[in-house]
Amino acid sequence: MIPGSFEYHRPSSLADAVGLLSSLGDDALLVAGGHSLIPMMKFRMAVPEHLVDLQDVKSLKSISLDSGQISLGAMVTQAEIILSDELHVACPILREVSYQIADPQIRNLGTIGGNVANGDPGNDMPAIMQVLDATYILTGPDGEREIAAREFYESAFFTARQDNEILTTIRFAAPAAGHGSSYVKQKRKIGDYATAAAAVIVTMSGDTCASASIGLTNVADTPLWAENAASLLVGSSLDGETIKAAADAAKAITDPADDGRGPKDYRTHIAGIMVQRAIANAVDRAK
Amino acid sequence: MSEININMTVNGQKIEASADPRTLLIHFLREDQNLTGPHIGCDTSHCGACTVDMNGMSVKACTVFVGQANGADIVTIEGIAQADGTLHALQEAFRQHHGLQCGFCTPGMITRAYRLLQENPSPTEEEIRYGISGNLCRCTGYQNIVKAIQVAAEELSVKEAAE
Repeated sequence: MIPGSFEYHRPSSLADAVGLLSSLGDDALLVAGGHSLIPMMKFRMAVPEHLVDLQDVKSLKSISLDSGQISLGAMVTQAEIILSDELHVACPILREVSYQIADPQIRNLGTIGGNVANGDPGNDMPAIMQVLDATYILTGPDGEREIAAREFYESAFFTARQDNEILTTIRFAAPAAGHGSSYVKQKRKIGDYATAAAAVIVTMSGDTCASASIGLTNVADTPLWAENAASLLVGSSLDGETIKAAADAAKAITDPADDGRGPKDYRTHIAGIMVQRAIANAVDRAK
Repeated sequence: MSEININMTVNGQKIEASADPRTLLIHFLREDQNLTGPHIGCDTSHCGACTVDMNGMSVKACTVFVGQANGADIVTIEGIAQADGTLHALQEAFRQHHGLQCGFCTPGMITRAYRLLQENPSPTEEEIRYGISGNLCRCTGYQNIVKAIQVAAEELSVKEAAE
């Protein structure tokens, strides 16, 4: 399959990229790793007249950790996240989730910016960013603005990003020292999107849960931050009954599609199991 | 739509060409450069038959536009044997250990394994299986592919120790 025709642009600065998006208008799309966009272009579900390739915008390639603040440039690839030991020490869930995205070849090109900005409910990073309470930095013709990952997703492929904006940076505080985290994903095969997946971060104070955050992937038309489910865990000893109640609260906010990954009821059921397993892993890893 | 100028290094040779931007890297290599080793299998980035090495990374050439690869250093299956035709240890091991049946996935499989063994020169069986998880084979059941990669890894480490 050969995609439709387009003009190719490769700006070397963010200002030039923003300028191109503004001057080309609705007919232009950004390309990062291309592994969501190019298949869509082959199917003619995307027919841009212009593609603006961000690979030469070096300012979007940085990973930085500074006094507990983590900042990831949008063009950082999944492979680069896996390779960063510094990032792994500060926030181990990022390597864990990256290993569960696609396959080695795709992770070499697939970027974190594309993964969070595309708005595909199957993408794994958005729920992680909601769990971490990350902030997305968007740059447009009028400058920068910030938006919380928890406010960014409107419906499948619709986000708060305007067509003339570029999601440039993802910023969040590293989870507290001693936290435990886990991302558990059921998929039919390597490379598949989740049937259901859950991300959990907890901190413990002795045997009592001091804080908790839970996110869900691919069980609604947006990623889900399961605020009520997490609040049930806080202050508890994470006994079986409490964990079951949290899983039920998470299941209550899901609304998965019936598709090749299974009927709706099945995917909701799996979401509950993923939450329980991710809580158990996270608690095991917490200090 | 205007064509773009392409400069890249393919199997050690510098090439210059012009191409329609919608040309995929796999089509550019196969049709423009006559390198028909990398195959088009699924054309949807699942099967890995089109795997080539780009700037020291394995990528699926069916899901890369030629413009994205502009300036890159590309290695295809054609660039893996020595210039005199001596097979690479991986090619020899696939041959000796029956790491292929129909052969369709083999160029992608070997090109991926070529990079995997540079990233991890002595992988465990599990690491090999995970490392080639983006390459599908519908004939072998993978057993002999994994065995061939293990043998090649040993061969290469013996060779390196001798040098």
